[in-house]
Amino acid sequence: MAGSYDRALTVFSPDGHLFQVDYALEAVRKGSCAVGVRGKDYVVLGVEKKSVLKLQDDRTVKKICMLDEHVCLAFAGLSADARVLVNKARIECQSHRLTVEDSVSIEYITRYIAGVQQKYTQSGGVRPFGISTLIMGFDSDKVPKLYQTDPSGVYSAWKANAIGRSSKTVREFLEKNYKEDMTKEDTIKLAIKSLLEVVQTGAKNIEIALMGPDAVIQRLELSEVEKVVAEIEAENEKEKEKAKPASAQQ
Amino acid sequence: MDTLFGITGKDFVITAYDSKAVASITLMKIGEDKSRELNPHTLMLFSGEPGDGVHFSEYIERNIKLYGIRNGMELSPRAVSSFARRELADSLRSRKPYSVNLLIAGYDTKTSTPALYWLDHLASLAEVPFAAHGYGAYYCLSLLDRYHRPDISEEEGIKLMQKCIGELRSRMILNMPDFVAKIVSKDGIRIVQI
Repeated sequence: MAGSYDRALTVFSPDGHLFQVDYALEAVRKGSCAVGVRGKDYVVLGVEKKSVLKLQDDRTVKKICMLDEHVCLAFAGLSADARVLVNKARIECQSHRLTVEDSVSIEYITRYIAGVQQKYTQSGGVRPFGISTLIMGFDSDKVPKLYQTDPSGVYSAWKANAIGRSSKTVREFLEKNYKEDMTKEDTIKLAIKSLLEVVQTGAKNIEIALMGPDAVIQRLELSEVEKVVAEIEAENEKEKEKAKPASAQQ
Repeated sequence: MDTLFGITGKDFVITAYDSKAVASITLMKIGEDKSRELNPHTLMLFSGEPGDGVHFSEYIERNIKLYGIRNGMELSPRAVSSFARRELADSLRSRKPYSVNLLIAGYDTKTSTPALYWLDHLASLAEVPFAAHGYGAYYCLSLLDRYHRPDISEEEGIKLMQKCIGELRSRMILNMPDFVAKIVSKDGIRIVQI
């Protein structure tokens, strides 16, 4: 079907597609889901962790990485590609501090990452990064920021978004349930709730990191995630209870 | 000529630097920062060619921070000083070497021990119980030798530091204004009044 248009990356197909970039997006769609939610003072990243094998050390599987003291990145897609991209971004963060004595702004580092991703769609002998990223953090203005980048090099800012497997379902859920100016608890809850749409196994397969106005990255312990999950389940039960008598009347 | 001091104690290192910025024989400014925090438990003091010190120490700082973020754990003071020595040694063999003298004060959180490293512009590194750089060293090493003990307490350490500075003020022909002292301990790095 694709003929020879997907052999060399730098060749357009007649209808204007770069097949390798499309395939990279496909790799993202296959990757585990990641969500980001922006509240009033807090911003939260959540990822679906693949079940760890019995004898595997789960500490070595990390899907939320710190880029700098005030920037955090979650990704969906090929972990090995992410490692390379994250490494480039970390170096840029420190290099930026060294040259201008200021930490990077979230938009700057997003643009940098997107720039690297774009470069890999236009250079010879390389293939695009098979990852989309969600980047959260704080600038000096104390407003939470959330950005997304794609393998094509596109980047955009969001209030809440999801990438990876069944990201469409999760995004629709977020669109339905997002409220302006959410508190810390509500932001965390919405992130976990939206992840539970696609994560069947519950708390133990969810990894959450959040950041407040102090711009310090906190990671939630399993027990804390479990607590929120239990809360959500209790609420769902209540909803069901409420719905029952109504349907009985009909 | 800048003066740097360092004293290791039981579970801390006290360091001090004069906060003068000098150009030739003229005092340009008081309140110059001659230290950089390399990571939460390591402090680098520098003296020598103005500009070189800032440039070199910030370069080291960024590399050490990068290491911490990449690996999720910080380098020990010993590792930091070895890295700094290597960078300085490579620079020494380049066309335009850095002309800096360094003190690296740290607290190793793994072994719970304080450490002080002395590193000069020829990139020779030594772990020492106390150290000084600059003309101040000529006046104060004897004092430190006489009064320093490995189990010295924080107050005693500060007193000893004051003694050294007093000596400088009474003996040296140069005006020795404000010193800034910083302590590195298990709780991190903090400024102390001296």
